[in-house]
Amino acid sequence: MTRGVGRWLYLVASFVVLAAAAPVPRSGYTDASPATRSMQDDDSANPAFLWVKQGETLWSTSQDGGKSCADCHGAPASMRGVVARYPAFDAARSRPVTLEQRINLCRTEHQAAEKLEQDSDSLLSLSALVGLQSRGMPVHVQQDGPMQPFHDDGARLYATQMGQLNLSCHQCHDGLAGQKLAGSLIPQGHANGYPLYRLEWQSMGSLYRRIRNCLTGVRATPFSPDAPELVAIEIYLAGRAQGLVVETPAVRP
Amino acid sequence: MVRVLINVPKTAHRGEIIEIKVLISHPMESGQRRNEMGQPIARDIIHSFRCTYNNEVVLEAEFFPAIAANPFLSFFAVAEDSGTIVFAFVDDHGTEQVERAAIIVE
Amino acid sequence: MNRRRFLVVAGSLLPAIWAPARATPADVAQAIKALIGDRVPTQGRLKLDIPVLVENGNAVALSVGIDALPGEVRAIHVFAEGNPLPRVGSFRFGPATGRPRIATRIRLSTSQTVIAIAEMSDGTCYTDSVDLLVTLAACLE
Repeated sequence: MTRGVGRWLYLVASFVVLAAAAPVPRSGYTDASPATRSMQDDDSANPAFLWVKQGETLWSTSQDGGKSCADCHGAPASMRGVVARYPAFDAARSRPVTLEQRINLCRTEHQAAEKLEQDSDSLLSLSALVGLQSRGMPVHVQQDGPMQPFHDDGARLYATQMGQLNLSCHQCHDGLAGQKLAGSLIPQGHANGYPLYRLEWQSMGSLYRRIRNCLTGVRATPFSPDAPELVAIEIYLAGRAQGLVVETPAVRP
Repeated sequence: MVRVLINVPKTAHRGEIIEIKVLISHPMESGQRRNEMGQPIARDIIHSFRCTYNNEVVLEAEFFPAIAANPFLSFFAVAEDSGTIVFAFVDDHGTEQVERAAIIVE
Repeated sequence: MNRRRFLVVAGSLLPAIWAPARATPADVAQAIKALIGDRVPTQGRLKLDIPVLVENGNAVALSVGIDALPGEVRAIHVFAEGNPLPRVGSFRFGPATGRPRIATRIRLSTSQTVIAIAEMSDGTCYTDSVDLLVTLAACLE
């Protein structure tokens, strides 16, 4: 049996296993305590809205003398539906682009502005504002067509055991979801609420930050923020979350 | 100047009890944490908060490091007259920040 | 609950020898005495609402209020007997208060008892407390 066929069989077997193991999607919101859920439900008590408010200011502010977001896009409400379908394929670049990458592309290409650092207050604020416009909408990110190879990469990474603890995302978040790890409930690990306010961080954070936590948790070297692996994982996670709605900006423990 | 979200009804009936909610962006560094080098991170919190309604005190609060980051406070006032509700808070550096909200009472 | 019983109950909740810094029952008693002197608070009328099982001690929703007219209540004080420092917050009600109640979010470093004391304008004091469990987040950064 040639190596190529073996690899192909392995991939098919992984998909079959993953598909069989795929649970009905259950949002982290459902697993959180009533107090945490109330924080998310009340916009006047949800700390994430401190970032949304900053996002509103940044949206209308001229970036480094160039255009503001509002100059091209009008009101933030014009962003309705964007986060529900992101990451999205950018034909001009022949690759998918995440929301944060898109914000930075707009800044560098259309606003004569500097790229915003990963998990900077400004980037979190703009992502939260844009994400909020899709709140309540079903997560619907394309997985086929030009996105297929990236979906497949994401699925493969999701099932790959990593780190000194040699764990894959799949083992905990598909296999052990609903059980406990050191007193905390293991969620299914959907990414439908990012960026979100995490009580553990006492602050707002991105999906990148959360994945970095997980990788550090299994004692693996985290990917750098612009790694293509992260885009692939984000696409695959969005496919897993099909059936859930966007909850940005969520609150999690 | 830190970001503040204030939730006060825009209008109220005379004598109505209104709920006021305030969210302040502040790390409320407790003074208990240590950095990666093991050195203690100094305490840095908002230690007092005061809300007045047309110059009458609604609430005065003393905060300690056990108040969570990005402090949230919900409390109640009696809507007697139209006017201004003033929120003032002071941090460990002695910096005072003042925010205002208008209310119409009919 | 009298002061001796209060101290016995608080003392029995002390953790094993190795633990992060935490207040002693004497610290809490001293903090309370500094505020209300020798007055002994009684149970009833004051209600402290806080979830018994806490997912993450960094932000625990707390609401406390007393069944009384706003003008009858001077202040409500909150203590966390298992935190490094015993005091959490003090809330003083002024002439424009609508109700003698507040809600906020607090930090709790470990499973413990949270105590609230209300000081009334006529000098009497009321107390309520909640014993709770704090589970720590599994994957720390």
